[in-house]
Amino acid sequence: MTTAGIEPVIGLEVHAELLTRSKIFCACSATFGGEPNTNVCPVCLGMPGLLPVLNRRVVEFAIRLGLATHCAIAANSRFARKNYFYPDLPKGYQISMYELPLCTGGHLEVLVDGQSRRIGLTRIHMEEDTGKNIHEPNADTSLVDFNRSGVPLLEIVSEPDMRNVAEAGAYLRTLRSILQYLEICDGNMEEGSFRCDANVSVRPAGTTALGTKVEVKNMNSFRSVEKAITYEIERQAAALGRGESLRQETRLWDAEREETRPMRSKEFAHDYRYFPEPDLLPLVVDRTWVDEVRATLPELPAPRRERFVRDYQLSTYDADVLTQRKDIADYFEAAIAAGAAPKEMANWVTTELLRIVHDEKLDRALVIRDWPVTPTQLARLATLVQSGTINRNTAKALVPRLRGTTRDPQELVAAEGLGQVSDRGALEAAVADVVARHPAQVAEFRSGKERVLGFLVGQVMKATGGKANPQVVQELLRTALVA
Amino acid sequence: MSALHELSVVEAAARVRRREISAVELTRAALARIAAVEPQVGAFLTLAEVEAIAAAEAIDRRVAAGQDPGLLGGVPVGVKDIICTAGLRTTAGSRILETFVPSYDATVTARLRAAGAVIVGKLNCDEFAMGSSTENSALAVTRNPWDGKRVPGGSSGGSGAAVAARECHAALGTDTGGSIRLPAAFCGVVGLKPTYGRISRRGVIAYASSLDQVGPLARNVADVALVLEAIAGHDPGDSTASPRDVPAYRTALEGSIRGLRVGLPREYFVEGMQPEVEAAVRGAVDELERLGARVESVSLPHTEYAIATYYLIATAEASSNLARYDGIRYGLRAPGRLALGDMYETTRAAGFGAEVKRRIMLGTYALSAGYYDAYYLKAQQIRTLIRMDFQKVLEQCDALVTPVAPTTAFRLGEKTADPLTMYLSDIFTISVNLAGLPALALPCGFDTAGLPIGLQVIGRPFDEATVLRLGHAYERATTWHTRGAPL
Repeated sequence: MTTAGIEPVIGLEVHAELLTRSKIFCACSATFGGEPNTNVCPVCLGMPGLLPVLNRRVVEFAIRLGLATHCAIAANSRFARKNYFYPDLPKGYQISMYELPLCTGGHLEVLVDGQSRRIGLTRIHMEEDTGKNIHEPNADTSLVDFNRSGVPLLEIVSEPDMRNVAEAGAYLRTLRSILQYLEICDGNMEEGSFRCDANVSVRPAGTTALGTKVEVKNMNSFRSVEKAITYEIERQAAALGRGESLRQETRLWDAEREETRPMRSKEFAHDYRYFPEPDLLPLVVDRTWVDEVRATLPELPAPRRERFVRDYQLSTYDADVLTQRKDIADYFEAAIAAGAAPKEMANWVTTELLRIVHDEKLDRALVIRDWPVTPTQLARLATLVQSGTINRNTAKALVPRLRGTTRDPQELVAAEGLGQVSDRGALEAAVADVVARHPAQVAEFRSGKERVLGFLVGQVMKATGGKANPQVVQELLRTALVA
Repeated sequence: MSALHELSVVEAAARVRRREISAVELTRAALARIAAVEPQVGAFLTLAEVEAIAAAEAIDRRVAAGQDPGLLGGVPVGVKDIICTAGLRTTAGSRILETFVPSYDATVTARLRAAGAVIVGKLNCDEFAMGSSTENSALAVTRNPWDGKRVPGGSSGGSGAAVAARECHAALGTDTGGSIRLPAAFCGVVGLKPTYGRISRRGVIAYASSLDQVGPLARNVADVALVLEAIAGHDPGDSTASPRDVPAYRTALEGSIRGLRVGLPREYFVEGMQPEVEAAVRGAVDELERLGARVESVSLPHTEYAIATYYLIATAEASSNLARYDGIRYGLRAPGRLALGDMYETTRAAGFGAEVKRRIMLGTYALSAGYYDAYYLKAQQIRTLIRMDFQKVLEQCDALVTPVAPTTAFRLGEKTADPLTMYLSDIFTISVNLAGLPALALPCGFDTAGLPIGLQVIGRPFDEATVLRLGHAYERATTWHTRGAPL
């Protein structure tokens, strides 16, 4: 399929579950999981007569995100009821915001191929999550778990400002990064605490009128969002190519078949009959409150990335990797403060440390607490390598041994005699021995096969228990072989 | 000494406090009276004899131990069945909640208990408080104690009838468009709709959230003031409940009304009013003047739009408030294995009565895409104009005086076939809810058939004290409230 001559237009709607202790309109715990229907009360079960009471913390979190994304924070906003029937919606309406949202008119700077792009935000508003229907296979009944009912959500609606999948992916990652920096959402797509619907349309390149919009739902990972958008762009481009017109509709992403398919019309033909929620007073947010929240904002990923490039002379790529998560950026800077050289440490964090973090899925937590080694330990390891005290492999091998301890790597190296042997006198005997025991390889080298040197270095390293300084070994071998 | 069930709330509470009578004696007297007259009245949907006696015994132990029995210590009261009572069935007069037993007390229920009141049972009402005669109750017929062939008014008809029949000393009702004041007028008792926000709505089954307000019905103004004082005030469980302090209404009602400026809205004396009603209300106005009030004619120009406005806003909110009765978690569920949509439809078709369905449909329509601006939004704008009408006249007047209803109690079945005629019963009360103001209904005469006529006193927001003071002064100068229903 071809998309040449076609310009995609993409807007994203994200639902972010907030990390407040309690739900948005009652005192129940908002914690994920738990036995079904244990984090519930008459309010979030929609029992007769009970009324919502707004959790102030949710408003504070919404203001945080609004400020971090350059939105205007409305002095007067209003909750509204979105009416529809579904078993997981206990009141028969969702308390959301409609005509008067809390945050409007912001933007995000996203990095695509090293270039910064500004994506507009239409609005951010607060609402309550629904429960969850549980369909047992082969059962003729369904169950409902209301633990999630009333968990606070922010709905974040972008402008249709993205023009390709890469921008959409970068927008989502940047938004998630900001939410994590603000410590208001853990950004876990698989567990549903960060959900995304996409509005996709296409138009002939060079035109400005918007094409027919299709809403795509049911993506539960970054990859599926990207795949679904790609599929949808190609589907729409192909339809236009065939001269067909597109229908404005909602389509569901089928992750197994890797295609979008139309939702049955019954599934979305809602007239939500929004009207102002009479059980809650209009929300008044005064300047003082906004200023108080502003004062608590941390340094955000984009400025931090730029500072890393500037202050530590890192590449934009490395700085971006290091600043996507606040905890990793904090770790990096703690290691710098402990005396590590920035470039060396960037290398250690982006390769060795992040490998372990990803392998062990430590980044599932909003803030990683169970680091493989402390920033100080990693800084010491890096310094020991740089000073030639140990070699890089020894340093890597020490990481699991330092885990869970507060031991100083240098002390461990000294106690176990792991220090790198750079003393020529001490290594000359081992080199002579290797040369004597491998006449064939020696002959090969002498006939011009440089590559054999690596084998011989390895033999010396083996003979010295890995402690020899490979640089020195190489020099000694060359001297011995040339002689 | 009159029979115990004849005592006012103030008198009964005082005697318990002085240990002249016990709470158990009072409660047994109320239960005996209920047993005697209930077949003619039908005010109660659920009786709580065992719980009432246990509560009364607890009060007596408090008194015996020298502790304060509370503002309403030992006084038997009834609660409209739209107000939740923990462990006691709460139906809202509907099939859909016929077997619903809440696990929680409404805030007003809890405050009644905390004040020492003894809840003897739950009182009939129009289904989800939608109605003016209590004939929309799906569960029972309540008759007017003054004439068993007539309605008690509604929607708090059980509350009005029970108080008039001396089955309890006071009752709680709710008022969305006149639902406390109309039964008070039709049954010849005193009822107060407080300012919106004066009393918590938490645990009160919602009809129209921006209009609903709980209030007391009792046999005189002082009793109403006492109950109000016990239940009013801020509640962290209801964001719309005002944090304003609760004055001592008991004492606020004492004192002269000399010099108070009382407005008489021209629009409230209309063609087609029962002449005896107009005469009685004008007589009451003369009486207030004799007592020193300065009466003047005022205008509320948007009055004619009140009913239309009300039936858009109230039904819109109701259509949403009643969505939770879906058969999923509690209440009625249609039997059989049905697909989801069929289950909703069958459950709600069986569970709701005709008037509730009518209002859900009206409200759904008013909120629908394409109609919202023309109906709901327009109604909200007119509501603002109505509120401003009152605001303006209440700048020059301390209170307004009007009839409660254009007629006295009508016959059972007389208006059930014609909802629009029924809606007109609330023509003088509905604007007050739209404006959120306090209003008192109290007896001001009888028609030639011997049916009570009600006077309405409307006040400024949160100025229940002045309304009660005017009512109390009028009551002391007259004897209407001393007449008992002929049971």
